[in-house]
Order: sequence, then C-alpha cells, then structure tokens
Amino acid sequence: MKTAIIVFPGTNREKDMADAIEAVSGQRPEFIWHKETSLDNYDLIVLPGGFSYGDYLRCGAMAAHSPIMKELLRQAERGTRIFGVCNGFQMLIETQILPGALLRNNSLKFICKHVHLKAENTTESFTHKLSNTPVIHVPIAHGDGNYFANDNILDDIKAHTQIAFRYCDENGDTTQGNPNGSTENIAGIYNKRKTILGMMPHPENATLDHHENLSGVGLFQGILDGLG
Amino acid sequence: MTNPAQKSNSTPELAAEYGLNAEEYQMILDILERTPSFTELGIFSVMWSEHCSYKSSRLHLKKLPTEAPWVIQGPGENAGVIDIGDGQAAIFKMESHNHPSYIEPYQGATTGVGGIMRDIFTMGGRPIANMNALRFGDPSHPKTRHLVDGVVAGIAGYGNCMGVPTVGGETNFHKSYNGNILVNAMTVGLADQDKIYYARGAEPDMPIVYIGAKTGRDGIHGATMASAEFGDGNEENRPTVQVGDPFTEKLLLEACLELMQEDMIVSIQDMGAAGLTSSSVEIADKGGIGVILELDDVPQREQNMSAYELMLSESQERMLMILKPGSEEDAKKIFDKWDLDFAVIGRTTNDKHLKLNMYGECWCDIPVPPLVDKSPIYDRPQGEAPKPDPLDETGYPLPNNDLFEALKTLLSCPDMASKRWIWEQYDSLVMGETTASSGVIGTQSGTAADAALVKIPGHTKALAITTDCTPRYCYAAPFEGGKQAVAESYRNISATGATPLAITNNLNFGNPERPEIMAQFVGGIEGIGAASKALDYPVISGNVSLYNETSGEAIFPTPVIGGVGLIQDHTKAMGLSFNAEGEAILLIGGTGTDLGQSLYIREVHNAEAGNAPRVDLGKEKENGAFIRKLIDNKEITACHDVSDGGLLLAITEMAMASKAIGAKITLEQDEVFWFAENQARYVITTKDQKNIIDQCTQESIECLEVGHTHLNTLEIAGQTLSIEALITLNEHWLKNYMKGT
Repeated sequence: MKTAIIVFPGTNREKDMADAIEAVSGQRPEFIWHKETSLDNYDLIVLPGGFSYGDYLRCGAMAAHSPIMKELLRQAERGTRIFGVCNGFQMLIETQILPGALLRNNSLKFICKHVHLKAENTTESFTHKLSNTPVIHVPIAHGDGNYFANDNILDDIKAHTQIAFRYCDENGDTTQGNPNGSTENIAGIYNKRKTILGMMPHPENATLDHHENLSGVGLFQGILDGLG
Repeated sequence: MTNPAQKSNSTPELAAEYGLNAEEYQMILDILERTPSFTELGIFSVMWSEHCSYKSSRLHLKKLPTEAPWVIQGPGENAGVIDIGDGQAAIFKMESHNHPSYIEPYQGATTGVGGIMRDIFTMGGRPIANMNALRFGDPSHPKTRHLVDGVVAGIAGYGNCMGVPTVGGETNFHKSYNGNILVNAMTVGLADQDKIYYARGAEPDMPIVYIGAKTGRDGIHGATMASAEFGDGNEENRPTVQVGDPFTEKLLLEACLELMQEDMIVSIQDMGAAGLTSSSVEIADKGGIGVILELDDVPQREQNMSAYELMLSESQERMLMILKPGSEEDAKKIFDKWDLDFAVIGRTTNDKHLKLNMYGECWCDIPVPPLVDKSPIYDRPQGEAPKPDPLDETGYPLPNNDLFEALKTLLSCPDMASKRWIWEQYDSLVMGETTASSGVIGTQSGTAADAALVKIPGHTKALAITTDCTPRYCYAAPFEGGKQAVAESYRNISATGATPLAITNNLNFGNPERPEIMAQFVGGIEGIGAASKALDYPVISGNVSLYNETSGEAIFPTPVIGGVGLIQDHTKAMGLSFNAEGEAILLIGGTGTDLGQSLYIREVHNAEAGNAPRVDLGKEKENGAFIRKLIDNKEITACHDVSDGGLLLAITEMAMASKAIGAKITLEQDEVFWFAENQARYVITTKDQKNIIDQCTQESIECLEVGHTHLNTLEIAGQTLSIEALITLNEHWLKNYMKGT
C-alpha cells in the first residue's frame, strides 16, 4: 500500500496526516511536491490541510492550477482513491472534482474546535468501518468551511448518496452542531463513484494516543482497507 | 564614486527630529570626524534608538541571571537556547509589537507574530508553539473592541497560516492600557543541537546573501516609533506600519530549514526592527568584520528607492545570511524551489566598516565598533514608584458577606471570563502534538492545565509553556511584582508536573525618562532577577518595550514572563480538571491572609488598593518541587495553582473544567480566606488524602483539607450552585462584549 501526500507551498498539516496514516497502516506515506507530474505508483493520494498559496485569491484556487493537478484529475478519472481534508477539500471543490462551494464561515471568523460528525453513508468505501460508531469527534480548523450547494446540486448528491459526513451534536442529531453555516450541516462529500472523499474537519488529529480521542482511526482504517 | 562626506548635510535639528539628542549627535560627529550624511544619520538614529540599543535598560538587564548547566545560549542572539535532552534544544523568545498594534491592530499583530517566529527559525528551530500575552484598555473605552478584534484576527491569521499552533496566552483589560495596548508574542522552536545557527561567526571575504520578500517602503523608522511615546493629535506623523505575509514566511521557514540541513550557512540574522541596518551591523559586529553592500542588488518592491529607504525599511519576511564562499549556487536552488528572492548583495570585509553603495555612489561609511559599542547607555535617574491606595484590611471580613455573589462577580469579570472568543480563532492543534491548550472549559486539546503542553514529535517528552504577569501587583510593588511574575510562571509549569527550565521576558513600561517609571522598571527587573536566581530559572532571551504611554499616562508596569519547562513522560502530565467524585481537595502552601491588590477587592469592592502579595521564594521552590514529586509519583489526580481570584476561584475552575464534577466545601471560612491571593499555593485532588497529608507533615509543607469532589454542584456554607450555571456565567462576558451587546 503506497500513499502520496501532495505538498503545496503553504501546506501545513502534512505531518499530521502522515502520522495518522502511519499509525493506522504501519507505513509512512511519501510527500510529493506539487511540481511533480506523475502519481502512477500510489494507491491513495491525499491532499492535506494548510494554506496553499496563502489562501490568496480563494482557498485552494491557486493550487488547483499547480502542475500536479492535471495528473490528479487523470488519477481521479482512473478511480484512484483520493482523500482531501480542509484545504485539500477546497482544492477538490475548486477543480470541480467534487460539487458545491466552500464559503467563509458564517461567523466570519476562523474556528478551531472539536465537533461531532455523523457518517451518513457507512456502507460504502471510506466510511464503511464507521457503521457501529457513526458519530466521531474530530477538530475543525478553518475560516472558509461553510459548504454551499444549490438545490440542484443538493438533490443530485443526495440521489447519489454522496453526503459522507454531517455536523451533529454528541447524540448524532444532524440538525444541531453546525459550526460554520454549511448547507444541511454537510461536512464532507464523496464523488459519485465513492472513490474520492473531501471533508473540512481533521480526522487525522484524532488518531494518536495523545490526541483528544481516537475516533478518527475508524475512518482511516476504512480508507486504507482493501488497498494493496 | 562620491563619498558620504560629500553628502554631509545633517544638522542637529534634523538629528533631533530623528530622536537623537544634542549629546548623541556630537558623539556621531566624533566617531565619523565629519558631519554624517542623511543615510548615516538614519542608521545611527535607529541603531541608537531605545528599541535597538536598549540604552535605558542595558545597565539593569545585566542584573538578570542568564546561566545554568542546561542553557546553551543566553541573551544576545536572536533567541535563547536550552538543552532538552536527546541532542535536542528548545529555542525561544518573546517580543512586543505594541505601538504598531495600536495603530493598525491586524497588521501590527501579524507582523509581531511573524517577527518572533523568524527569530526562532533563523537559529534553526522549527517553531512548534506560539503563545501570547495581550493587554487591552478598559472594555468601555471606545477603541477596545476594535483593537481586540483586530489583534486576535492578526495573531490567528499569521499563526494559523504558518501551521504553528497557538497554544496559550493571557489577556487582561485595564484602563491603563487605553492608549497603549500590549501585544507580546512568544515562539518556541525545536532544533537539533548540532544544527543551531548564530549571527556570530562570519569572516572576511564571504558572500552576503539576501533572502525572502522584496523590500518596500513600509515601516521605515519603526524602531524609532517604538522608542517614543504617543501624544494626542500627532498620529498622522507616525510612520507606516509593516504589512505581514504569512505565506511568504511559511516558504521562508521551509527554505531556511532545508538549507540548514546542508553545511552552507556561516551566520544568519533575520531582518526585524531596523531591517537591513540592524541585521548587517549585527553580523559585522558579532563577527568582528566589515560589510560592504551593493544596494542596487537588493530585491525591491518599489521604484526609485534610496539607500536611506532600503536600509531603514522594515518590510517583513526577509533575512540576511553569510554563506560559505562557493556555495551560492547550491543555496540558490533551494530558494528557487520555494519561489523566494535570493540575491548576493555584498561581501564581508576586514576593515570593520559598514559601507553602502548604490547608483554608483557611496552613501555610508561608518566604523562598526563605535556604532555598536559607543551607543549611549543611560543610568536614568530613579525616583519613587507611585504608591497604591491603602487598603484598610481591618474592614474585612465583612459581616454577612455573600460568598456566592462575590464568586459570580469574579467569574464573569473581564479578566476572569472565558477567553473562548479569542482562542477558538487560533489553530492550537496543527502539528498534532498539543496535549493541553488555552482555556479552562472545553479546551481545543481536550485538556485544561496551568501551562500549555506540546509533545516533542517521536518522543514521550513534552514542553510546558506559559506566559504570566500580574500588572496590578507590579504597579503596587514593582519588585514584588517582578518576583511574582516569575514565581507564577514557575508554579504554572510545576502544576503540570514539568520541571521549569528557563524564561524569556518582555518588559513593557512607560517613559524611562520619568524617574518614577524608571523606578518601576528597575524594581521589576530586580524582582525578576531575584526570583529567577532563587528558582534556578534563568532568563535566556527577552525584549524591552519602553515609552508605552500616551500624553503622560503610562501603562501599568507589565514585565511579562514566558516560561518553558520539560516533562519526560507526557502521559504523567497533570491537568487542572476534577476527575472523579469523592476525591479529597487539598490546599498546599498555606491559607489566604491578605486581600491587598486582589481581584476580589478590585471587582467586588471597586478598589484597586492595598499591597501586592509578598512572594516567599524559598516556599515557592519547596512547594513547586513537592508538587512535581507528587505528580511524578502519580499520587494526585488534578492540580491548579492559586492565582487571580484566590482559592475559591481555583476550585471553581477545576469544577468547571470537568463540566460535571462539583465540590463540597467542608471548611467554614470568610472572604479573606477564599479570595486572598497569597502566593506559593496549589489546589490538588487525591484519592489518598492520608498519604499526602503524611508527606506534607514530613516535609513541613502546609496542607489543609478543603472538602471533596462531589455531585455536579459547588456547595459551600449550605449554599449550592450548579456547575452548569457557573460555566454559563464564565462563558458569556467576552462573547457578548464582542457582539457589542
């Protein structure tokens, strides 16, 4: 099993992600600089959190035009598994690999805190290990995580069971606990084929013994399960 | 080529405008044996500014103890360095950006945070934690809300983007800061001991390389601004505030650390206050060499810049380094990768002069040793520090005083109220090593402790970090206040189980030319020195910020201490939250006896009065060591030091942190007992009360049973309050204040 973590200028949660993947899989991922052009040898490609290009223009917008992105699009079409977190999710949205938009938090402030998430689709790929424990407790750390989708997109992603995570309270009530104004509490979505997951929260920060909790482990097990 | 002597157009009047007095101007004439050029005058004026030369403070800073076996580098470099075992070092320093933050709160705060991080990674340390200490004016002052909003957003904007967790800090409000807020930022970095870089060490005939962002006209004379007081109405004369770009700094960080893995850098210095001037002079002075700069080669953001502007610009995210001759090309490749400017802008020489060429002319030729060594040192007269209003202690305890009403007032007062609105904007978790972070209730890391805790990657050890100062004590009694700031830092680290190792300081005071301010300053330093010595807690770096006054109104003396400690096994680190019902609550260190300068007197009786609490350094040391031993032996379950608000506030915070476990207080006592802020005290909980009491008896440590953890309420003298209600009280003030309600 080989994992690539793409590093852009301004990426800053690549270490957190590598530590999480290593803790769950026993294998250290490789860091791939954004000027590379091939991702052929990897089973999983991760776009980690950070402030690529300083979040100038729009979060993820400049990274979406990096040399590696052409290759990422090719791998996305091929069905290679891709996981984007926070700034990585913003890039997947900016490249239109995933639908919708990410707006400024409704508080207009950066927010860092632990939130509850409910896995909405625990039968498929990345989230299949969460069927017994669909509510996980992981941090968010973003200023632009307010997921927006218009009615057409919303109907479409619902029809294709693409909603992976919703914000909720500790009891799993998804009408509560929305930290940023996201449409229908949506925190993460799949592509139609369920080979690509993007989410704002940071499950990688809930995977090690010294973290606040370990509820991110199940997600990583699901992501890595069945890969090489 | 023309020379500076042909441009000798300075006058004493011009010098005065640049903050140089007649005597200082004469010294310049003597050094140069001619009239300085405009550029040279600018260089003298910034190098001899209070900010760069420490001319009012240097004499007294010498009194601080700076050595210990674990100190690798004390004051004098970009930051201090300590040994944390395994061949690793912690590099840290605190710095102020007070004046710019008042003018332009967002940019002032960002560049403060950016500057201190640069100090750390200049030395080879990867920043692993940011801290801060903030002081704002009275909440009712018309500017306060706007300043809080901008400063917090600025700190968040820079630290979050850099991917360095902001793990803790402190925030106070007081009217003495109405015209001068304090923004003190601290960074702690981690390095391998064999990869630490210094400003010293350069030799003649080596290339001088400029890296980072381009130079513009921003912040010219920032160092001089930081060395004068504000007056009403002259705001338009203030120079521009620098603008921060955390993205460029992130690139600079990664590029520098990448280059530092190679063996190419001889010496390196960041361009902070006084930019290219101070960095080139530092490198020349510390290496005992000269420097010649070809300023045409400096990467420039604006057109037609003069030598004067280039030398005095405080554009951010820049560094100067001396490379091993021949390594320029290899070094440049790394900076190309990160899309950063890299330019060879001069060479080191053996004539100990600072020479600047531009447009085919020489604009400056100053001998470096006198520029540095002959900078004025003032033994400013000390008068008597202002005395606090007296407090008639015989008036307390009051008859029929309602403890709960007082507790509620304190919990919701601006200084004690939850600062969630602030710290939730800081990413405290990035890097994935933070195990205790800001706040009491529902912290981001899940743990509340007296110090922030950041684990060292790949090791079980962790650093404990805290920033502390109680300005009202420093005003009432500068010497005791200085001692107290260090003692509280020592306690906060000890309460987590970590061993306090060293401190940095940020000495914020008013105008040193006023004898009563100088008395506060000297008292504060001597207090810090006394405590630092007694507690084996040396000062390894620091910053002085004077002239924090507006129209003759000075801030409260605020010598902030940034402390760092080490715990070998982070799983043993102690939090402050109650853990289970039925555990004994014990007070270590004696009972409360004096209400002078307590928050209780200020908030409940509206009087800023009385003497500051006295600090018994022997007792601090003994009690701290005792607490650390209990934690290391796993004999206690929670620990919290007693500070602002006294014993009852400490117990209440331990209950609030747990969210669900309250306390039944079995002692019947008055408000002096509950709210006094006597020092050297801790509250602990334990499952084995007898064991602790026996140990206390054996070691002659004062110990008192206060009650036990119980239900989800706080019960005292027959009254009860729910923890939930207490939390609500504590959480509402700042949030509502920032909404403007």
